[in-house]
Amino acid sequence: MPNPIYIILILLLPLASFLIMGIFGRNHIKNASGIISTTLLFITACLAFYVAYGYFLEFGKVNGVYQKLIPFKLTWLEFSKGVSIDLGILLDPITAMMLVVVTLISLMVHIYSLGYMKGEERFSTYYAFLGLFTFSMLGLVVASNIFQIYMFWELVGVSSFLLIGFYFEKPSAVAASKKAFIVTRFADLGFLIGILILSFNAGTLDFQTLIQRLTSPESAELKSAVASSFLGISTLSWGMILVFMGGAGKSAMFPLHIWLPDAMEGPTPVSALIHAATMVVAGVFLVARLFPVFAISSPHALEMVGNVGAISALFAAVIACTQTDIKRVLAFSTMSQIGFMMFALGVSKYGGEEGLGYTASMFHLFTHALFKALLFLGAGAVIHYVHSNDMKDMGGLRKVMPITHLTFLIACLAIAGVPPFAGFFSKEEILLAAFHHNKMIYWIALLTSGLTAFYMFRLYFNIFWNKEHHAHGEHHGEGGFVMMMPLVLLAAGAAFAGFIPFGKFVSSDGLPLESEFHLQFSIVPVVLGLTGIFIAMLFYKKQNDKSDKIALALNGFYKATYNKFYFDEIYLFITKKIIFNFIGRPAAWFDKNIVDGMVNAFGNNTLAVSEKIKSFQSGKVQQYAIYFLSGVIGLAVLFIYLWK
Amino acid sequence: MNEFITLMKPELLLMAMIFILLISKLGVGFNQSNLMKLIQGMLLINFIAGFFMNGEGQLFDNMYHTSSLIVLEKNILNLGMVLISFLFTDWFKKCDHLAEVFVLMLTALLGMFYMISSGNLLMFYLGLEMATIPVAAAATFNLEKKVSSEAAMKMILSSAFSSGIMLFGISLIYGAMGTLDFSEIPALLNGDSLQVMAFIFLFTAFAFKMSVVPFHLWTADVYEGSPIGITAFLSVISKGAIAFVFVSTLYKVFQPFHEIWYNMIMVLSVMTMLVGNLFALRQQNIKRFLAFSSIAQVGFILIGVSSNSIQGATSVIYFVLVYIFSNLAAFGVAGLVSFFTGKENIDDYKNFYKTNPLLSWIFALALFSLSGIPPTAGFFGKLFLLTSGASNGNYAFLIIAALNMMISLFYYLKVVRAMFMDKNENPILPIQINFATKIALFVCGGGIVLAGFFGFVFDYIQALVK
Repeated sequence: MPNPIYIILILLLPLASFLIMGIFGRNHIKNASGIISTTLLFITACLAFYVAYGYFLEFGKVNGVYQKLIPFKLTWLEFSKGVSIDLGILLDPITAMMLVVVTLISLMVHIYSLGYMKGEERFSTYYAFLGLFTFSMLGLVVASNIFQIYMFWELVGVSSFLLIGFYFEKPSAVAASKKAFIVTRFADLGFLIGILILSFNAGTLDFQTLIQRLTSPESAELKSAVASSFLGISTLSWGMILVFMGGAGKSAMFPLHIWLPDAMEGPTPVSALIHAATMVVAGVFLVARLFPVFAISSPHALEMVGNVGAISALFAAVIACTQTDIKRVLAFSTMSQIGFMMFALGVSKYGGEEGLGYTASMFHLFTHALFKALLFLGAGAVIHYVHSNDMKDMGGLRKVMPITHLTFLIACLAIAGVPPFAGFFSKEEILLAAFHHNKMIYWIALLTSGLTAFYMFRLYFNIFWNKEHHAHGEHHGEGGFVMMMPLVLLAAGAAFAGFIPFGKFVSSDGLPLESEFHLQFSIVPVVLGLTGIFIAMLFYKKQNDKSDKIALALNGFYKATYNKFYFDEIYLFITKKIIFNFIGRPAAWFDKNIVDGMVNAFGNNTLAVSEKIKSFQSGKVQQYAIYFLSGVIGLAVLFIYLWK
Repeated sequence: MNEFITLMKPELLLMAMIFILLISKLGVGFNQSNLMKLIQGMLLINFIAGFFMNGEGQLFDNMYHTSSLIVLEKNILNLGMVLISFLFTDWFKKCDHLAEVFVLMLTALLGMFYMISSGNLLMFYLGLEMATIPVAAAATFNLEKKVSSEAAMKMILSSAFSSGIMLFGISLIYGAMGTLDFSEIPALLNGDSLQVMAFIFLFTAFAFKMSVVPFHLWTADVYEGSPIGITAFLSVISKGAIAFVFVSTLYKVFQPFHEIWYNMIMVLSVMTMLVGNLFALRQQNIKRFLAFSSIAQVGFILIGVSSNSIQGATSVIYFVLVYIFSNLAAFGVAGLVSFFTGKENIDDYKNFYKTNPLLSWIFALALFSLSGIPPTAGFFGKLFLLTSGASNGNYAFLIIAALNMMISLFYYLKVVRAMFMDKNENPILPIQINFATKIALFVCGGGIVLAGFFGFVFDYIQALVK
């Protein structure tokens, strides 16, 4: 095992970056702040790779099983024996993998932003926020205690809030950041209650003890948690469902997804980091972290995870087909892909071959992080070039932006599941797992992956082909080296990451899982994907009105889809019309008249009494002595004669 | 001999300092500023030395005893002393009788040390007197101000009165039991009325020193009249010392009476919180405001004392530590403002933030901590006090305490609002903060923030109490 200081440094360096940029950035090192942060992140990433490498290949395995190690633990607050909030580091395959993903993507975004955010007024603040986010996300993935994960969870939410609202002069950015924060906070309420239920039943907050107590069949905690029930669902399942609610909020699962498209108001590199590759998969990570409990003791909750994931995947894919803002297309695509990861967990079982879904989900998380970050960064380069988010302002960019074009194409092929790119392998495993365990979800997934290919190539053709590009005026080219380098590196990842024998490293029970490749099985999805690409090509490669005709034919459905099935409006109706009128108004009245009235009365009476007793403080020392003496006598009388 | 030195080290060091200061008056040509540095240096060394070479045991026929807990308590007081010498550097430098002021304060501190370490009521009485009379003398050192000598006069008269009653109590105890030794008293307590009476007399003297209502009336006048350094000393060091004594004597010596003193403390604590808060509400003078608010804080300390448990003792000691940071920070800022501008009214602090952001933040932090707003250390301090108080199951008592926290929130935040929000055409001009003062302010601010977060502070105290 390496010196735990390395792992602690992985957390501390981004924090240091945040503190340095936050305190000195604005006034002292404004121009150097990007370089300093990036350097710190580079060291962090190297350390993370070192730790992950060591874990997977050197010290992590004992007798062929990956161990859960605790290299560092500090008891922070002990409530009672056994129930304590610890700050610790839990190192297991998914943690090691997430360390790599988070630091890698964060490093790429740091580098990319050197070019993208150049000349911003609040350049160093931006880097400070990035540092804070990276720190919190890393803290979240290494957490060894469920309360620790909750704290970092909130911290991640805060940094996401800060970054979405980075352009706070824009009212839409402010509204979006508020929306994201409120929706996820609402979900986190469920998470918190879930934590309380789980920890109350398990008598601990520590992950390992909690999992052990809630999964081993002879444990008393498990028996009592399963025996009691509410509305026909056991207490344990309630706890797990509530915990999943927190995860669904962060991961933008249906119906808590409404914040994600709006979150695209933030700077594009931020979207790549937070809303594509890292924070939004926190929910998947959380389910994976508690996976043994889900799979062994609470199959109902796991079934729900699967269903929610499948619905989200399809729902988002349909919407993505109609959006014209390229970042929104990507946002819905992210939601759809996270749906894939979720239902992959949902159809999985614990241990052995049955645990294929778990491995597939983590694998997809890994590859998705690479190609989705790439897509966002590529979109950022495009937006940087045309100064617009809308597809209609783009077209024919393949000649002026060759590198972006090529890397974007690789990412699109990867997400569409075309072999041999990364997405093909992970998606194949997911489909296989779904095929074996839940046919319904399998069909949904198949349909969705066809749609995925379609909307991604709709995006691709609209940006890079379609109408011819007319260069108007001077243009600043594609973006400098710092913007292109991350694209190329990530493209390499998106192209080749699929060949990693992922099952060997990450599996539900720590034992290596041999993934087999079934040629006949993968024919259907690949053909479906290619069909999607082909249709997109027909519609969008050249400017024509085929797509408009289809849209016209499907008028009502198209409109509903374009407006995201009016989900925002439904939420607005519920909050504004129902909650405000029937709960908010009466509550406000109660608050104003009863609560405030009581408080005011309390305050006024206090002041009045205070006025009355001021004569005690006369300033005469003789009187003081009298009061003193009467105090003594009063006490003596009270305690000798009266209160015995 | 060796044992004598290790056991009495804190007292010996203080005595050495007192003698050095006395000698410095004998024509050794120190100027004010060097003398101040000397004092600060000595206090700092004294504080650091407090952590090394400590022993446990008793001396002089159990007249004097010490333990690692007592050493910790003395260290806490030493820390407060260091902070005071740093915080009020400017005032001290200007004071013509610098050496005397410190000789008096250190003598009082010495008295407190004896009081904490005493194993016999006689020794205890000596310590208590020694801790009081020099402060009364020091209170008069705002020589040009009449209120200052009035304050000293009031203090000496009141404390003479309380000492009289205490001596009466001690003689009754001796009469009833034939011993003054702390280790022998508990076995002889049988709940007889005479003993209860004697105990009440003793108890009221403690209560007087800690300004528990209704024995508090001297407090506001004395605080307002004294130079602000002395006020800080009185409100923080003196009170801290007596809180320690409260815990050790009540928990050990008068343990058989715990039902009586539990009720007594409950009554007094409620009164103290209420009266302290109600008076603090109307104060305009910042020193009087802090005086009354510190009376209210004493009410909260009493809640912890009442719990009669290890957790109670721990939370009291922890709270005193936190209270030293918070209250000294508040007094430090108020002292700077009053020294440089002569302004002492809360209204003068309007828009203070605009001209003195650093001081405003420290002051606000201190007030947050005093009112118990998370995540400052004051919040944890109050939380521990209340939870240990709750262990007795007397929830009515706790509800009253919670209501009082609400009232206190109101007036503490009033000051914060004045500093940050209220408009003012002529805010207090920017104040040049002395380097030493700045360090002390940062230490206080850091203490307020960190003492709460680092759970091991509390755990460490708890381990010692056990």
